[in-house]
Amino acid sequence: MADIISLGEAISRHVNDGDCIALEGFTHLIPTAASHEIIRQGKQNLHLVRMTPDLVYDLLIGAGCARKLTFSWGGNPGVGSLHRLRDAVEKQWPNALEIDEHSHADLANAYVAGASGLPFALLRAYAGSDLPKVNPSIKFITCPFTGEKLAATPAVRPDVTVIHAQKADRKGNVLLWGILGVQKEAALAAKRCIVTVEEIVDDLNAPMNACVLPGWALSAVCHVPGGAHPSYAHGYYERDNRFYQAWDPIARDREAFSAWIDEYIRGTRDFGEFQQKIAEAK
Amino acid sequence: MMSSDYSTNEMMTVAAARRLKNGAVCFVGIGLPSKAANLARLTSSPDVVLIYESGPIGAKPSVLPLSIGDGELAETADTVVPTGEIFRYWLQGGRIDVGFLGAAQVDKYGNINTTVIGDYHNPKVRLPGAGGAPEIAGSAKEVLIILKQSHRTFVDRLAFITSVGFGEGCDHRQQLGLPGKGPVGIITDLCIMEPEAGTHEFIVTALHPGVTREQVIEHTGWAIRFAEQVIETAPPTEAELQALRALEARTAAAHGQAGGEE
Repeated sequence: MADIISLGEAISRHVNDGDCIALEGFTHLIPTAASHEIIRQGKQNLHLVRMTPDLVYDLLIGAGCARKLTFSWGGNPGVGSLHRLRDAVEKQWPNALEIDEHSHADLANAYVAGASGLPFALLRAYAGSDLPKVNPSIKFITCPFTGEKLAATPAVRPDVTVIHAQKADRKGNVLLWGILGVQKEAALAAKRCIVTVEEIVDDLNAPMNACVLPGWALSAVCHVPGGAHPSYAHGYYERDNRFYQAWDPIARDREAFSAWIDEYIRGTRDFGEFQQKIAEAK
Repeated sequence: MMSSDYSTNEMMTVAAARRLKNGAVCFVGIGLPSKAANLARLTSSPDVVLIYESGPIGAKPSVLPLSIGDGELAETADTVVPTGEIFRYWLQGGRIDVGFLGAAQVDKYGNINTTVIGDYHNPKVRLPGAGGAPEIAGSAKEVLIILKQSHRTFVDRLAFITSVGFGEGCDHRQQLGLPGKGPVGIITDLCIMEPEAGTHEFIVTALHPGVTREQVIEHTGWAIRFAEQVIETAPPTEAELQALRALEARTAAAHGQAGGEE
């Protein structure tokens, strides 16, 4: 059953050093506030899983929280590189980062397998690609019925998944809509799941067949309005493209990055205070 | 009516857009492919179905998306499905006519690198990685590739094949058992290349107006060959240019930038 608690308490209770953790949200509903809180609480040695590392993992990698990254596309969308990710891969700063690299189809299927309680994902993929040569976790098996060679990759089973959503009700049932990415699969693949939401309402008024995650399948629901910034929350706010652009020079330089997280993340008590500080700096 | 006043980038986008037949179901990469695919939708191919890997099917954005999952793609789509479903039912299920891809580097057999320059484990430049491209390249019935041409982007041999075209050429792709036909065209700011029958090596089949063979040779990292009959690409029409410039202007007004050209 989901407890409706503060984000600080949820991270402290459910995220442990060394955990495998997935912060999902495919360009939409990216759980930025949760990544900040993980940095504030100094979580370490994490195995990060996410299709598109985006700014949330650039932050966690640069802050030294990560030991391993499982991913399938690691750029700053519409802008360029994720400099903290690149610096970790190319120059091992601030520490070496083990890379477990897949394609989108593979990783999406690996979440489906995880949510399905299966040990591996099966897909038609990678024939002729060099990725299986550099990633030992991508293997091939033969279909017992047709003899076709298919790709198999391990299911993703995070210790904890964090997603952001539009609404929860007071029992912790969660409704999300728009671009859904792999949020539902990531939530159900994990041992524990934290959801941050834009608002908590009396009644979700969800249409039949809407994407609703029942509160009993979740661990914690946290009210964090604006928690997906600079990505967007459909129906609430748009993507802050200027922030994605402004991130480039901050992340490009180690000192500028460290100063930024010291001031804006480690130097604030919570996401609300961070938002206030960012607004004042504009 | 033809226009003589256009850029090489505009010629590239227009030439790519023309390759997308009306009614085709197209899996669209972000950046240049998305620009060309939307130009096709706004000009010659109003019934083209645009599918983005984030989940929108039948997206009809009025401005170019900055990311692969912009809200407008969802709002204008016929339906929005989860990302896993896009790859499982719609791509792997065999429903995509054309995969429209960009690339950091391409080789003479239409293989694509978007992963790394240099050694994988000790990279000179770490690129963003695969995204949806490997399975689009494998399973779409046909693939179109669009990118600006230079000897650094058009290389003889890739250090890393992220998404396969014709592999090592000849019947290699067939041997790999991939369901799709593979890349049928590479559209650049200088020319159009198509696979030669038999070898599946990409050769120049059309030069854009004003471009010389020497220019193409100079901007290609392998010993590029030319088809027996090389045609000249028709220059952009007024209607094509007008539609492209209006699309870019709307995008700039909405986003403050030209749209997802990383």
